[in-house]
Amino acid sequence: MEQVPDDAKPATASGPGRVLVAVYAIFAVAATSRAAVQIATRFHEAPVPYLLSAFAAVVYLLATLALARAGRAWWSVALVACSFELAGVLVVGTLSVVDPAAFPDAAVWSDYGRGYLFIPLVLPVLGLLWLRRTAPTRAPR
Amino acid sequence: MITEYAVALALCSLAVATWSFVQAARNRPPARPLLIGLAAIEVLLLVQVVISVVLLVGGQRPGSMVTFLAYLVGSLLVLPIGTAWALAERSRSSTVVLGVACVTVPVLILRMSEVWGGAGA
Repeated sequence: MEQVPDDAKPATASGPGRVLVAVYAIFAVAATSRAAVQIATRFHEAPVPYLLSAFAAVVYLLATLALARAGRAWWSVALVACSFELAGVLVVGTLSVVDPAAFPDAAVWSDYGRGYLFIPLVLPVLGLLWLRRTAPTRAPR
Repeated sequence: MITEYAVALALCSLAVATWSFVQAARNRPPARPLLIGLAAIEVLLLVQVVISVVLLVGGQRPGSMVTFLAYLVGSLLVLPIGTAWALAERSRSSTVVLGVACVTVPVLILRMSEVWGGAGA
């Protein structure tokens, strides 16, 4: 297998994708470390939100890695991760608005990510749009 | 933490971020002066670490030592990693990446001050 030709579709980590990967990486690190601290120090206070934070962190890590890598398989992983994230922020966001008592501490996805300037809500949308732009639709090489 | 220094550092970083975004809007790849700007912020961050360590040794305690130290280390890593990621492909997008890295610094500084002021995590 040789290198892809220059006129191929842009890789997900190229051009604007580089910015996307950078923002995803920041969120992956932030969510991972925050969840780690929450689970290590006061897990008993709110197990479900903290586990959700940890889950969100894993999805961010996976999305970052998948977007940073080239290839059809990574593209699919990125698609799944971004879709999960959008579903997660919508479901958890709605739950946290409907039943605030169940989410005593701000998690990444609580209130649609308001504690994080709604970036958790915008990011998966941008990710999915970018994945559509870079979709591997050409015939297999 | 010395509040005045932290605020000054955050403002400097935002200034370099703005500079990055302006350069990106002008369709420029990362240029040397901008990289020197980022290096200057990194030096200011190092000074911030020294100040914090001196205060910690002097007996002051943040709300959560582990969290504070994590932010302290993290604040030193953002710009070098961001720059490495940006320079692997020199385009206007790389310039935006530099700006994003610079915007992260004030956020870290803000969280650090909260933890220093007594917040747990």
